[in-house]
Amino acid sequence: MSQYRDIIYNGLWKQNPGVVQLLGLCPLLGISNSVVNAVGLGLATTLVMTFSNGAISAIRNLVSHEIRIPVFILVIAALVTVIDMAMNAFVHPLYLVLGIFVPLIVTNCIVLARTDAYAAKNPLLPSMLDGFAMGIGLTLVITSLGALREVVGKGTLLSGLDLAFGPAAQAFVIHVTPTDYKGFLLAILPPGAFFGLGLLIALRNWWDLRAQRAAAHPVTITAPQSA
Amino acid sequence: MQTSPYIAEQTSVSIIMLKVLAALVPAIAAYVWLFGPAILVTLTLASATALVLEAAAVKLRGLPIKPFLMDGSALVTAWLLALSLPPIAPWWLIVLGTFFAIVVAKHLYGGLGNNLFNPAMVGYAVLIISFPVQMTQWSAPLLLAGAHLDLLQAAQYIFTGSLPNGIGLDAISSATPLDTLRTQLQLEHTVREITQLPIFGSIGGSGSEIVVLLFLLGGIYLWLARIITWHIPVAFMAGLWITGGLFHITDPDRYISPWFHLATGGVMLGAFFIATDPVTGATTPKGKLIFGAGIGVLTYLIRTVGGYPDGVAFAVLLMNIAVPLIDTYTQPAVYGHKKKGASE
Repeated sequence: MSQYRDIIYNGLWKQNPGVVQLLGLCPLLGISNSVVNAVGLGLATTLVMTFSNGAISAIRNLVSHEIRIPVFILVIAALVTVIDMAMNAFVHPLYLVLGIFVPLIVTNCIVLARTDAYAAKNPLLPSMLDGFAMGIGLTLVITSLGALREVVGKGTLLSGLDLAFGPAAQAFVIHVTPTDYKGFLLAILPPGAFFGLGLLIALRNWWDLRAQRAAAHPVTITAPQSA
Repeated sequence: MQTSPYIAEQTSVSIIMLKVLAALVPAIAAYVWLFGPAILVTLTLASATALVLEAAAVKLRGLPIKPFLMDGSALVTAWLLALSLPPIAPWWLIVLGTFFAIVVAKHLYGGLGNNLFNPAMVGYAVLIISFPVQMTQWSAPLLLAGAHLDLLQAAQYIFTGSLPNGIGLDAISSATPLDTLRTQLQLEHTVREITQLPIFGSIGGSGSEIVVLLFLLGGIYLWLARIITWHIPVAFMAGLWITGGLFHITDPDRYISPWFHLATGGVMLGAFFIATDPVTGATTPKGKLIFGAGIGVLTYLIRTVGGYPDGVAFAVLLMNIAVPLIDTYTQPAVYGHKKKGASE
């Protein structure tokens, strides 16, 4: 079981695709302007990663080494097409907002990276778990970034929920700030994504550094110094 | 030719920064005289915020606070930012801009000497992108204003947003000459008609052209005091003037005289005080010329065909990005070598 625990720990924290491997930054930066968009794309990516890792792990002994990349990409593209059509059918308004970013999951390097680095060398079940854990890790980062940007930029959380669940869901939109808050436009614009991601990476590094220090000096915990 | 031994002058960062601040004082005095005392509130608030944030950032980084506060660089950043903002901007706008200048643009990049972008201009750019409405409400020149605010009333307006009874926002604010020019040109008026409007002075804006002149004189003082070299300001102004002149010759009804561009907006402040920042600007003589000229051309293009009335801040930031490249390709020949940049 410890193998599975390691896989989950790697995906969520130690090798988190968003803030450690820095893979798949294009959708991470592009679509993280609200929580709903972020969760939508994050879960779509997770689905693709779980099944692409599974499919490729299943065929890993049939594909010769030299042509593996095109084969992997074809498998991923087929899965993305399925997800794309499913989203178009069931959550059409959200699909319109996410736009080009859903088909672009094909080119998201974290998907290919996990298939090539993990699924091509490991059995079916661990591979699927790896894809799932990495996908959830990415979803967590993109959602945190989406929440950060949405609160600072618009003063709300979960705005646009009606895109996924119909007009009734508009009641669930949370207004975090006083109503006369006009919003900080920069957070919604692309620069806000870079600032936000930088802060998240710094936060994670600080956390790790603190844990290391605490392990090295179990008694005295000092204020962290910038490296 | 001088010979050794030389007497070393006691030059330090704080003395340079003090001289820069002193060079700004005449222009600020003229500002108060022509536009009212609101700018003093803005300057004070920006300075106080900058010092507090600088102290906090330095403390968080585990460095001694006193030498960093005493070097005065935070004050210079605060003044440059405050002078770029509308004098009657609300307090949170000033605090937010100063935060981005000091904490994000300076300390997150490693502190004074390591920052890639000019801190004051980062603060300004963040604000103009995020809050275009507040950033375009400028004080009207007192000559044209319907009402005058004294220091207390100005402070009250900046902190609470409430004006004394009987005075509307329209009475104390107006669009800048550059703003006016842009909107009037969009209404298909010719330059000749537009410059008849009262906000225009003899060369630049009514009143503001005097402030601009004093920025120029302050800049010349900095040059005489050998704090800046002539390269960047001259190249900046030449780049702007020549580009503007070419456009002006082709169609004087649509493109205003290049002298107007020199005398309005942030050009003089930018050329002498902002673009000459020794940290974020080019360092080689030839590089300084390219850097300055680039800012001039970009400023003109952003003003004329871009989306913002003034382009100095964006031009400076864009050229800041190019500085490492410019410096690499303009290394002067080492003495005794023919090949450029060969050091061995």
